[in-house]
Amino acid sequence: MTDLKDRGAPVEQVNPELEKKANRRESWRGFFHAAPAYVYLTFFFILPLIIVFVFSFASRSRTGKPLLADWNLDSWIKLLDPLVRTIAVRSLWMAILNTVICLIIGYPFAYWIATRAKRSTRTFLLVLVLIPFWSNFLVRTYAWRTLLGNDGLVTQFGEATGLWGRMLFTEPAVFIGLFYGYLPFVVLPLYAAIERIDWSLVEAARDLYASGSQAFRRVTLPLSKPGIIAGSVLVFIPSLGAYVTPDILGGAKTTLLGNYIVTQFGGARNWPFGASLSSAILIVMLLATLFYFRSDGKTL
Amino acid sequence: MLLAAQGRTLTSVGKTPSQYAGDWDEVTEHQSAVSFRGVTKRFGDEVVAVDGVDIDIRDGEFFSLLGPSGCGKTTSLRMIAGLEFPTEGSVQIFGEEMGVRPPNKRPVNTVFQSYALFPHMNVEDNIAFGLRMQGVDKSEVLTRVGDSIDLVRLTGLGKRKPNKLSGGQQQRVALARALVNRPKVLLLDEPLGALDLKLRQTMQLELKDIQSEVGITFVYVTHDQEEALTMSDRIAVMSEGKLAQVGTSEEIYETPTNVFVAGFVGEMCFVPAVIVGDNQVRLEGGSVVAARADGAAGDDVVLTVRPESLHLYAQMGEAPDGRNAVPGTIHRRVFFGDSIMYEVDVGAAAMMDVRVENIPSARRWNEGDSVIVDFHPDAAAALAE
Amino acid sequence: MSVSQGTSAKRWVDRLLAINGWLIFAFLYLPIIFVVAFSFSASSNVGVWGGFTLDWYDRMFQNSQMMNALRNSLWVALWSTIIATVLGTAAALALDRYKRWLGRGPFDAVLYLPIIIPDVTMAVMLLLWFTQIGIGLGKETIILAHIAFNISFVAIVVRARLSHMDASIEEAASDLYATRWQAFRKVTFPLILPGVLGGALLALTLSLDDVVIASFVQGPGATTLPVYVFGLIKRSVTPEINAVSTLMLGASMILVFASLGFQRRGEKND
Repeated sequence: MTDLKDRGAPVEQVNPELEKKANRRESWRGFFHAAPAYVYLTFFFILPLIIVFVFSFASRSRTGKPLLADWNLDSWIKLLDPLVRTIAVRSLWMAILNTVICLIIGYPFAYWIATRAKRSTRTFLLVLVLIPFWSNFLVRTYAWRTLLGNDGLVTQFGEATGLWGRMLFTEPAVFIGLFYGYLPFVVLPLYAAIERIDWSLVEAARDLYASGSQAFRRVTLPLSKPGIIAGSVLVFIPSLGAYVTPDILGGAKTTLLGNYIVTQFGGARNWPFGASLSSAILIVMLLATLFYFRSDGKTL
Repeated sequence: MLLAAQGRTLTSVGKTPSQYAGDWDEVTEHQSAVSFRGVTKRFGDEVVAVDGVDIDIRDGEFFSLLGPSGCGKTTSLRMIAGLEFPTEGSVQIFGEEMGVRPPNKRPVNTVFQSYALFPHMNVEDNIAFGLRMQGVDKSEVLTRVGDSIDLVRLTGLGKRKPNKLSGGQQQRVALARALVNRPKVLLLDEPLGALDLKLRQTMQLELKDIQSEVGITFVYVTHDQEEALTMSDRIAVMSEGKLAQVGTSEEIYETPTNVFVAGFVGEMCFVPAVIVGDNQVRLEGGSVVAARADGAAGDDVVLTVRPESLHLYAQMGEAPDGRNAVPGTIHRRVFFGDSIMYEVDVGAAAMMDVRVENIPSARRWNEGDSVIVDFHPDAAAALAE
Repeated sequence: MSVSQGTSAKRWVDRLLAINGWLIFAFLYLPIIFVVAFSFSASSNVGVWGGFTLDWYDRMFQNSQMMNALRNSLWVALWSTIIATVLGTAAALALDRYKRWLGRGPFDAVLYLPIIIPDVTMAVMLLLWFTQIGIGLGKETIILAHIAFNISFVAIVVRARLSHMDASIEEAASDLYATRWQAFRKVTFPLILPGVLGGALLALTLSLDDVVIASFVQGPGATTLPVYVFGLIKRSVTPEINAVSTLMLGASMILVFASLGFQRRGEKND
C-alpha cells in the first residue's frame, strides 16, 4: 500500500477556528430567524408585562389614569380589602371547580374518542369536538344567555319539572358558562395524550394479572398525565381571568376577578389598582406555568 | 479504465495538488479519492466521536467503514459529505482540501440511511433534483434521469410518489438520485439496514455490480461485518473513534492485528495465554502451542483461531504431525443445520468453539467426550489484549 | 394505535362511555343549534318560537354599524394573520432547526406565555403600554395586539409539523447542491405548508374571536364585530344577535373544514 502519508506528504491541519466559525455562523442564522418574532414579543409583550407591574405602584390621578410620580403601595394594599378577597376567593374557587369538573367529565369523553378502533371514527369524532371549539366564544356564551333567561328553554324546562327557576345572573349560570366554554380545551390535550399511549403496555398489565380497572389506574392514567396537566393549565388560567362569561351570565353578586379588573378601567377609574390586580393574576399564572414545565409537560 | 477515470476526474478538479512532492504521473496513479489526515471530531467538551484518524481511499475502490454503533464511522462519512466539519485534521477529496465547505459545494453525494426522499416529489423529480440545482439543461436532465431509473431497474415507476414504493424501491431511488449527478465519490450510510435479509443480500450484489459498472469510489458505512466482507475491496474497522485496522477482506478476516478486529469480524475463539518462547504460547489450561506471536516471553496474550480451522480427534495419535494438539472435554453441542458447533473446555474454563461441517462422514461427538483439538500453527495468532 | 380486542373495557363500560360521549356531544351542540334555530323565529323573545322569518337577517345586513364592525374585523384579522404567520413560522424554524443560539432558552419560554395568559391581563397590559408610549388607539393597535398573541399559536402549529419531518431531508437537499434558499423554497417550505396554513387559520379564527383585547385597545370607530355584538348583548337581547351569531358560526365551520382539508393534504405525502 503506497500510502501518501508514508511518502512524507505534509499534514494539512484544518484550523480549529474554522469549525468554530462555521458553528457560530449557524448560530447566527438561528438567531436571525427568530429575531423578528423576538423583537416583536419583547416590545409588545414583555415590556407591557413590566409596565403593568410598574403601574401598580403608581398613584391614581383624578381621571383614574396612573400618575407616574408619588410611587406607593396603595394599590397593593387594596388587594387585601375584604371585597377583593371575596372576589379572589370566588374566582379561585370557580377556576378550580371548573378545572376539576372539566377533567372529570372530559377524561372519559377523551378516552372514549381516543380508543375507537378505526382511525376514521376517531377523526370524525374529533372534528365534532373541534367545531364547537373553533366556534366563536362569545356566541357560545350568548347561547346560554338565551337558554337561561326568563323565557329561555332551560328555564322553561326547569319550571315545568319544578327542578329549578331562572338561573341567569347567578353563580351556577356563570359556572355553566365556564364549563361549556372550556370543556373542549381539556378534551383536546387529553385526547392527544391518550391516543399516544402504547396499548401493549396495558396488555402487558393484563397479562400480569391486573384487572381492567387496575390496568387503567396503574398504567393508562399515569401515562396520560401530560395530557391532564396540559388540559388543567389550559382551563385553570383562563378560567381565573374569565371576563366575558361572568359579564354576560353573571350579575353584581357574581363578580369575578376578570370583571373586577375591567371595571377599574371603566367606571371605577382606578388604573393602578387594575394594574395590581392584573399583576396578582400574572404571578399566579407564572407559578402555574412553572409547575407545568417542571412536571414534564412540554407539548400544548 | 481506472486511469482514464482518474484523468477525467483530475481535469475536472482542475487543481494541481501543490502539497505533494514527486512527479505528476506517479501522483495521478496513486491519487487518493478521499484522504483523512489526523482527523478528530469532538462534540462539546466530552464526546470524541472520531479520534486522530488517517485513511486513504483509492479512486474506484469499494471502501467500507465497519464497526459497532458509536465507533465514529457515520461521523467520518458525514465529514466527507460536509454535513460535519472536523475539529482537527484535514479531509481531502482528490487532493482538494475541503475545510468547512458545505455539502452543496463538494463533488460527492450521499445515500442516507433513511433514504431522505422528498415526499412531495415523485421519483423523477427526486432524481432530477440535484441536476436541476446545478442548472443542468432540461433535455439533458430528462435523458440522465431516464438512464438512472433504468440503471437501478425502476423503469416505469417514474411518476410515483415515495410513499407508494416499497422499501427496496425507495432505496433504489435514493441511489439513483445520488448517482445521476456523477459524483466523484458516493457515500452510503447503512443503506440496506431497513431491508429484510433476502432483499438485503440481493441488493448487496446489485450495489456491487453498479459500482463496477459506474466505476466511481464508494464509501460504505455498515455495522454488518458479513456485508462489509462480501462487498468491499478494502475495509476500515473502527472502534471508539479510532481505526482498529485497515485492509482487504481477506486481510481483515485471516490476519486481524488486534483482539477487537479478531472478535468483531466472523467467529473467533479466544484463549488467554502467555508467551513462553519464539512463537510459542502456553494456554491457561497448560498446553503449549505454536502460533504467530509478536512480543517477549512472559507477555500476556490472547490466542485467536477461527472455529472452522479447528478439528476434533479422539486421541493424540490420530492427528497429522506438525500441528497443535490441545486436549479438552466437550462442554456443549449446538446444531446449526449446515454445521455443528462444539464448545470444548480446554482447561481453566477456557473454551474453544469447534465448527464441524455437517456431512455424513463427519464424526459426531457428545457432551462429556474427551477430545483433542487440533489446528495448524499458521491458523492461530496470539494477539495483545 | 387503538385498543386491541383483549384489552377493551368490558361491554357495559364501553356502553357507558359511549352514552356519556353522545350526551356530551348533545350538551355541546344543542345550545348552538338553538341559537341558529331561533335566528329564524319571528318572535323578538329569544326563548319563544314565533314562526319562520328572515327578518332578523335583513335587519342585520341593514345595520351599518354592524357591517362596519364586520369590515374592521376582517381587516384586522387579515393583517394580523399575515404578519403573525410570517413571524411565527420563522420563529418555529429557528427553534426546530437551529439548536444553539443567543437567547434560545428564554425565547422558547416566552413563546408559551401568550397562549396561557388570560385575555383580560393581556388587554390591560397592552392598554397601559399603548398609553405609555403614546400610540393612539385605533384599528392599528388591535392589529398589533392580535399579532402579539398569534405569533405563539402559529409557532406551535408549525413546530408540530416540523418535528414530523425527517431532518435528513434538508441534509439531502444540501448534498444535492441546493443553496439554503433553494432548499427552503423547494423542500422545506412545501413540506411545512400544511402546518403554516393550519397556523394561519388558527390565527385568523383567534383574531375574529377576540372580544376583550379588542375592546380595550380599540379606538373610536374601530369597533370589531365581536365587540359590537358584545355591546348588543349587554344592551338588549334580540334575535338579531342570533342572526349574527349564526353567521359567525358558519364562518367558524368553514375555517375548521378548511384547516382540516389542509392537514389532510399534508398527510397524503407522509
